[in-house]
Amino acid sequence: MKLPISWLKDFIDLDGLTVEDIARKLTLAGLEVDEILYAGLPMPTYSAGEKHEFKTNGIAWDKEKIVVAEIREVKAHPNADKLTLLDLFDGQQEQVVLTGAPNIFHLKGAGKLEKPIKVAYAKEGSTLYDGHAEGQVLMTLKRAKIRGVDSYSMVCSEKELGITDESDGIIILDDDAPVGTPLADYIGDAVLDISILPNMARNANVIGIARELAALTGRELRADNRPQTVDGPSSTVNGPSVNDLVEIEITNSELNPRFVAGLIRNVEIKPSPYQIQRRLKLAGVRAINNIVDATNYAMIELGEPLHAFDYDILKERAGDKKIKIITRTAQEGEELVTLDGMKRKLTAMNVLVCDEKGSLSLAGVMGGSESEVYDASKEVLDAVGVEVKAGEMPQGKITSRGKSTVNVLLEGAAWNFINIRRTAKQHNLPSEASFRFSRGVHPALAEIGVKRGLQYMAAWANGSIAPGLVDTYPLKPKDSVVDVTSQDVKRLLGIDLTLEQISELLTRLEFKCEVMSNKLQVTAPAHRMDIDEGVVGLADVLEEVARSYGYDKIPTTTMSDSLPPQVGNPVHEWEEHLRDLLVAIGLQEVVTYRMTSPERESRVVTHNEYVRIANPIAPERSVLRQSLLASVLEVVEKNAKAESIAMFEVGSIFEPVKNDLPNEPRRLAIVMTGARIASAWDVKDSPKFDFYDMKGRIELLLAGLRYTDIVYTESESTYQLHPGKSAEVKVNGQVVGVFGELHPLAKEKYEFSDAPIIVAEFDLEKLRGLNPSYGITPVSEFPPMYEDIAIILDESVAASAVEALIRQTGGKTVTDVRLFDVYRDEKIGAGKKSLAYSLTYQAEKTLTDADAAAIRNKIVKRLENTIGAKLRS
Amino acid sequence: MLDKLNEIEKAALESLSSITDQAALDAWRIANVGRSSPLMQVFAGFGKLSKEERPVVGAAANRVKVALESALEQKVQAVKNAALAKSLEEEKLDVTLPGREVKIGRLHPSTQQLRRVLAILAEMGFQVYTSREVETDEMNFQMLNFAPHHPAREMQDSFYVEAEGREDNPILMRTHTSPGQIRAMREASATNPQNPPPIRIALPGMCFRYEQITARSEIQFNQVEGLAVGKGITFADLKGTLTDFVRRMFGQDARVRFRASYFPFTETSAEMDVECFVCGGKGCQVCKNSGWLEILGCGMVHPNVLQNGGYDPKIYSGFAWGMGPERQLMLRNKINDIRYFWGNDVRFLEQF
Repeated sequence: MKLPISWLKDFIDLDGLTVEDIARKLTLAGLEVDEILYAGLPMPTYSAGEKHEFKTNGIAWDKEKIVVAEIREVKAHPNADKLTLLDLFDGQQEQVVLTGAPNIFHLKGAGKLEKPIKVAYAKEGSTLYDGHAEGQVLMTLKRAKIRGVDSYSMVCSEKELGITDESDGIIILDDDAPVGTPLADYIGDAVLDISILPNMARNANVIGIARELAALTGRELRADNRPQTVDGPSSTVNGPSVNDLVEIEITNSELNPRFVAGLIRNVEIKPSPYQIQRRLKLAGVRAINNIVDATNYAMIELGEPLHAFDYDILKERAGDKKIKIITRTAQEGEELVTLDGMKRKLTAMNVLVCDEKGSLSLAGVMGGSESEVYDASKEVLDAVGVEVKAGEMPQGKITSRGKSTVNVLLEGAAWNFINIRRTAKQHNLPSEASFRFSRGVHPALAEIGVKRGLQYMAAWANGSIAPGLVDTYPLKPKDSVVDVTSQDVKRLLGIDLTLEQISELLTRLEFKCEVMSNKLQVTAPAHRMDIDEGVVGLADVLEEVARSYGYDKIPTTTMSDSLPPQVGNPVHEWEEHLRDLLVAIGLQEVVTYRMTSPERESRVVTHNEYVRIANPIAPERSVLRQSLLASVLEVVEKNAKAESIAMFEVGSIFEPVKNDLPNEPRRLAIVMTGARIASAWDVKDSPKFDFYDMKGRIELLLAGLRYTDIVYTESESTYQLHPGKSAEVKVNGQVVGVFGELHPLAKEKYEFSDAPIIVAEFDLEKLRGLNPSYGITPVSEFPPMYEDIAIILDESVAASAVEALIRQTGGKTVTDVRLFDVYRDEKIGAGKKSLAYSLTYQAEKTLTDADAAAIRNKIVKRLENTIGAKLRS
Repeated sequence: MLDKLNEIEKAALESLSSITDQAALDAWRIANVGRSSPLMQVFAGFGKLSKEERPVVGAAANRVKVALESALEQKVQAVKNAALAKSLEEEKLDVTLPGREVKIGRLHPSTQQLRRVLAILAEMGFQVYTSREVETDEMNFQMLNFAPHHPAREMQDSFYVEAEGREDNPILMRTHTSPGQIRAMREASATNPQNPPPIRIALPGMCFRYEQITARSEIQFNQVEGLAVGKGITFADLKGTLTDFVRRMFGQDARVRFRASYFPFTETSAEMDVECFVCGGKGCQVCKNSGWLEILGCGMVHPNVLQNGGYDPKIYSGFAWGMGPERQLMLRNKINDIRYFWGNDVRFLEQF
């Protein structure tokens, strides 16, 4: 909410505190000041290196140069039709000022004014906002000749002084404005823009903030000395009692705990005093007229939204009978045309304010404009409804039909906050009223609000208040009473306070405290609905103790309680280890959106069922992913211009379970494509990543996880992979993943570069659950022997089978078998291939040539006999 | 004979002086100090000399031999040095050419930041607790003291999952990692309902809010929450523990402050600010001229939440806090667009 400091000062003495001091105190107590807007008061200046505390904006008004002045005569400009010349007195001397202001133009040529007009006068050299520029542009007032007349000063508009963003004329001050006084001393202000937390809605008003400040500074809340009585007769309270004219029936007290109405007669509709308009505008509310302004002003001041009805229309509708206001829930499907002209279809949850003829307004949210109300010859006022955009204040509305005095029935009520919230949401009608009602307004405020509203109307519109209030209050909220002990404060806040000290801290916030032998009995003040009872109430009260004491004064300690059992998180730890391995083999981690669409995934894999988002942000984010690989492929597609990509993601996929929580198994996806080696000035045409680059990394990964029993077989993946360039990975006999080159047809569906796309996906639930094999191969002191053999054999024999045979036959002496060449040509013959292996022999002795030959011969013989291989000479 | 020796010496030294390469040196060696060289011939012809001549010629010949060998040795070194100097000269590189790129793997910046946070918390005794990303309304909201239609729910607009017959307990994408608080407390209290064990956990994970994707808002983001539950845990402990944590994160000199705030699942609630580490509190774009950065929300665990987790709020107390690794990275690295994180452009990722 936007809060002018001048308004705050009506309720608390802030002498000796700067605007920044006030903002800091509020911010630390949970009323965060987002910005300070200066409209006249001196702004703090920061020297280089000095610390700022708040975002600030606006301008200060020079006390020498900008003063209150009075216009004594309005003359025509000799050379310009649209300009007037003002003879004005600035407290020291007469000045002649040029203006084109439309709101003074009608006085052009009127000569000496009977009653001078008080204005804001800026002398040469003043710094102001440019009234003609778009937005807020600072300018300095300079001497100029306009159409032959010397211009060196000006009469200011609200825009020029930074009170509003736009204005259509000069400010006309109240008649009692002191001529010659610096304007900053008269109406200089600063506005705090405060974020209101959901549990601090009680503070979304001037008195609420003043009350907090009183608690935070230890100052007294200034006695609220405005007349608040409706007890007559007096000069403003007279005539028949409202109770004789109006009655109220509440049909559901849960939804409408209280309804208060007051009556004021013969109010004269005109603009509010300028001081009131200015405060409303600074608070973000448009000034409309004295009646609408009175409801808004009372709401901002007290927090109780008010609703003004035209009493004469209600009377007309009631005919001979007494006016009866009825609050009830709507019939399912019942319709109401709201003030904005929209026909609203209501549900049984919505609450209506009606009379015996029909509905009048959507309770607490927006006024109605049913035809009979609008067709009447009088006026309908509504300060409650009218749609506002987020962050804006409501704009009251008046449908004037030319009558200068009206009779107003003023409503102040209490509504169920959840019901109002749902209704406002259902009809998309956020307003200042529904903002407050949907966060909870204490029923006690209904009466105070109506009285305050009536008083303002009487003061600004010359009306006379009917004695009494119609007040139906079927559901009084129970007072929250909480017991607090010093031990509670020690146990939960960690500070030592006596009951008296606790009492003092809470009393500042208007809690009623009674010190008993060993406890403090605390009763929440009437404006608060956020204090519960029992153990929750204790927490509620202790937060208030902490705020009042000051969070900054609470010490910092370390926990003395014992540590919990150390169970760790094996799954998380294993995945972090996996990530380390993936990074070590040169892969970049990515993190992608969980939300995708079936269409996006179907480019590489098809699933029939998905976890569907009921309110997707966009069609392409309508389901939860079922393929991690599809997500990583999208990232690769986005990075298609990169020379080389090798990336992975570890994350959940989502398998639907009908009408229940989905399964969230973990997956690993890897994609590699592009250059194997980074190109450089002496490296050209790097080979592209292929199947074996991926396989090599998978081998390293599995070795890092201490898995040894690994088998690669032809793939039967659901993914669209190249049938000849893909494989399944089995560890300990279980399929844990698949990898290979993306099928050319699948690849076509993406905008990839030309290089093959090599992919892999692993099921981490399976991969994680396997038995690792720990241990090492001892490193021998004896020298190894190396020997190469090349064999020719049928194409159909898998390389893995050959290696297995070699290892098996060679026994433990053959410690390494490395394939270093695969060769085919005519000499070898069609359907044949040559495989060349480098063998390492190692034993716990120095091997001789004869030892090696013996083993080699055994291997060759075995290969000949088993797979028909021939030793290549 | 002595004249002949002098001539031999003179001629040999003269021819040696013009030699510049190893091959010529080898030839010179054979020609001048080799077995059939004139000098060696002199030695060979010793027997033919008279008894008187022998010592004189012998001494002279030896002198010449030593002179030639010493000259050769010097020359060998000189030739070697010249050759090395030449090859060094020839091998000279353009040191300004770019170095060869090494392709390395990296963790996503969010993972890196999560690890920094979790590593500090681990040292402080907070163990990692992970839980599901799709949750029930009950776990995500109700158990955490968000009543249906509670105003605080507006702070966390949710993505709902299609499901029938679940009006009272819809399925949604978790809006925070806090449902894990309930799950963890329930798991722990189930082990010993009468005397549940203390809890100190860190809850990392992806969370989801219904937002438009813009430079400032995303539909998903990581969160790390911390939770401590036990006997006698106070707001002062919260302040102390979080101050310790924040100083480990942002430096031992970091100034911090606690502001009153509101979260449905904590009470007493606070917002913790750290002095802007970009401008040192002087006011800048990053801290929006306030000098402070909002880095975490915290508070004493609400009695209802303790109760829902199986901990009697009359006996147990605790505190919880939550923070965003992406936000921390954005502040620290002046990243002005949150979309970089899930955009996964390698040109962004490679900078971490």
